[in-house]
Amino acid sequence: MPFLTRLFVKTALIYFVAALLVGVLLAARPVLGLSGVVAGLTPVYFHLLMVGWLTQLILGVAHWMFPRFSREAPRGRDWITWTIFGLLNAGLLLRVFAEPALNSSGAHMWGWLLVLAALLQWVAGMAFVVHLWPRVRGH
Amino acid sequence: MPRPSVWLIRSALIHLALGFTFGGLLLWNKGMPIHPLLWRLLPAHMEFLLIGWTVQLAMGVGYWIMPRFYAYRGDVRPVWLAFVLLNGGVWLVGMSGTLAAPSWVILAGRACELGAAAAFAAHTWPRVKPMALAATHRQ
Repeated sequence: MPFLTRLFVKTALIYFVAALLVGVLLAARPVLGLSGVVAGLTPVYFHLLMVGWLTQLILGVAHWMFPRFSREAPRGRDWITWTIFGLLNAGLLLRVFAEPALNSSGAHMWGWLLVLAALLQWVAGMAFVVHLWPRVRGH
Repeated sequence: MPRPSVWLIRSALIHLALGFTFGGLLLWNKGMPIHPLLWRLLPAHMEFLLIGWTVQLAMGVGYWIMPRFYAYRGDVRPVWLAFVLLNGGVWLVGMSGTLAAPSWVILAGRACELGAAAAFAAHTWPRVKPMALAATHRQ
């Protein structure tokens, strides 16, 4: 298993646990009377699962298992995959902190950080699609 | 990679690109409001990423890697039917929320997705087997 795949899959596993931890917090809020900030974590919960866990796991496995890009560079350009990893995780982590902070404080700074989170994740998604596309081909 | 897998996985990648674009716009709009109508993209964002991306990718990879009957993967027609029904269903469900279409359109979309699942399951069922059964099935 290539290093980048191990990185994607292990990071995905951390998000998997983190997402279910947030799920426990959401379920515990009415029982334990936790702060209203916790209620605002619902979108964070879904995106930790769908982007952090599932999509990132797919990215890692696709990087490893899909047909070769070329004989010289079987998995395409590694620096692009590194960039995708960095942008996706920076964007997702930024969202995890900025979204609840915006909900609770309403400060403009958090709004702009959320815009930055959107841009980082969008660029990562587009780069992944463009980079993987030539490897999705017949014999 | 067989041709139906190429089509399913490329379509999944297109849905990933569209779903991330809608998601990016929604998150931007949450941080720095652009237009209230952008919230209408939420059903398309969810449908494209849940069914159009993850489910369709699983179908494409499943058709590719499930055990074969020697070099033969079985009748391919149900897989093409599943491809058409799934993509039709995703667009009907996703865009009906965005365009405020009548609820029967969502029902039709969900019915298409059910048909896709049934067709894909019918094709895949006999391929879920121990490797030793390959020769028996061919006889």
